[in-house]
Amino acid sequence: MIRFEQVTKRYPGGREGLVDVSMQIGAGELVFVTGHSGAGKSTLLKLIALIERPTRGQVLVEGRNIGRLPRRAIPAHRRQIGMVFQDHKLLPERTVFENVALPLLIAGLRRRDIQRRVRAALDQVGLLDREQARPEMLSTGEQQRVGIARAVVGRPKLLIADEPTGNLDPALSLEIMLLFRRLNEVGVTMLIATHDIGLLDQLSGRRLMLDAGRLAADLGLH
Amino acid sequence: MRIWLARHVQSALASLGRLWRQPLGTLLTVLVIGIALALPATLGVLVRNGEAVAGRWTSVRDFSVYLQPGLPVEQAGELAASLERRPLIAAVRLITADDALAELRTAGGFAGVIDALERNPLPHTLVVRPAADADDAAIAALADELRALPAVELVQLDSDWVARLDAMLAFARRAIWIAAALLVTAVIVIVGNTIRLDIQNQRAEIEVAKLLGATDAFVRRPFLYTGLWYGLAGGGVALLLLLAEQALLAGPAARLAALYGGSFEPLGLSRGGVAAVLGAALAAGLAGAWLAVARHLAAIQPRV
Ligand SMILES: Nc1ncnc2c1ncn2[C@@H]1O[C@H](COP(=O)(O)OP(=O)(O)O)[C@@H](O)[C@H]1O
Ligand SMILES: [Mg+2]
Repeated sequence: MIRFEQVTKRYPGGREGLVDVSMQIGAGELVFVTGHSGAGKSTLLKLIALIERPTRGQVLVEGRNIGRLPRRAIPAHRRQIGMVFQDHKLLPERTVFENVALPLLIAGLRRRDIQRRVRAALDQVGLLDREQARPEMLSTGEQQRVGIARAVVGRPKLLIADEPTGNLDPALSLEIMLLFRRLNEVGVTMLIATHDIGLLDQLSGRRLMLDAGRLAADLGLH
Repeated sequence: MRIWLARHVQSALASLGRLWRQPLGTLLTVLVIGIALALPATLGVLVRNGEAVAGRWTSVRDFSVYLQPGLPVEQAGELAASLERRPLIAAVRLITADDALAELRTAGGFAGVIDALERNPLPHTLVVRPAADADDAAIAALADELRALPAVELVQLDSDWVARLDAMLAFARRAIWIAAALLVTAVIVIVGNTIRLDIQNQRAEIEVAKLLGATDAFVRRPFLYTGLWYGLAGGGVALLLLLAEQALLAGPAARLAALYGGSFEPLGLSRGGVAAVLGAALAAGLAGAWLAVARHLAAIQPRV
């Protein structure tokens, strides 16, 4: 599903986000990306979402070298990926329903299909009864669940999450991670970046450990 | 195709809804656009009326030939008949001195003065109507030729001021085009700036939409529709202003016309004029939006 071949990302100004990283992630896997702050976790995810482009090496998603994609092909590429952010990036002036519907609106679905699929996604994260609420009326844990519903509503094959529990207390964090696991069990490939080692200790699964941009360890590969 | 249409309708309505939710700002922008467009349109209407008035006069190119006082009326009739045979002349009407005096007596309230006169001081007059296809130069040459005749005292040609009026109207038309171009440019700038602010206010939404895979067209569309709505509403305001002007001017125009002994129905904007105002408004709205979008949307790239 995802393959990095000797990928290096050097930012303007010379800082290195990733250095010579090679790895492979199969379809249906749940992989945690860990490492200290500044280790390159976000950089790795940004390269997959084409928010950044590799300086050297190849990033392949479903066999396609996305480093070569022209700018106009980026939207279609992103529509195949669900993204979850630390600060959830919900639109404060839209209802929960409208926030979750946005990817489908962008994809150009019919109104009927949008309703059905938004409800299904909200049901998956247990927030079906809050669809008319505004994000600010929800708790931070609920907000993040709305963010996750928005990421899966388009039924992507791949979901990437950058510090999705960064703003949550430990109990809520575990709840969110278990939600990811449930979604993974229905077949979504997942790549979750977190620096929270304590949280990961409670979870099984493959971990890519980054250190100063290099892949330091690849644990639990099966 | 239906989905495509539905998407556009949805975008258009969403843009309209957004404008509706900030009524004051929208109203001010629309008013400014409307006033800017009403200005050249008003000038256009004034010139149109000027042309209508001038048209009545320019079509009449008759000129008067005053004959020598004391010329026998038979000779005057012979001259009229001989002139009428010329191809350049369509008709000649003879006003004898007696006729002229009679007319003066009834029309001018000079009855007492005229009765006091011992003899008629007026000459016989020929009113010459040139042929419809005669050009101004030919008529001027004809007038010169008549002036040289011994029987003729004076030829009074009225076409000088008609030519001046024509030149003035042509000047006004050109001036209106210049004013229209400037003001439409102003509308483009106004809409462009308003939409630039819109884009800044919606920066977060645009970034999120781009992260979720929105194409440039998707992000652009609501702003372009906003521009179209501004243009449409501004054009509507301009037309309303013109109607109001017409209503306000109808009374004074009628009084003015009455003083000149005629009736005059002031003309409003022609159908083509209405189309031009609305077309210019829509085009300027769209162009302003397009400029703002082209300049500012690409600069917004999601930062995560
Ligand atoms: N946009 C950027 N410009 C310059 N340097 C950056 C940028 N983003 C990240 N970096 C640098 O790249 C390195 C890796 O950053 P990042 O991938 O954000 O790490 P992590 O997500 O693991 O904290 C850091 O040294 C960081 O300072
Ligand atoms: Mg990070």
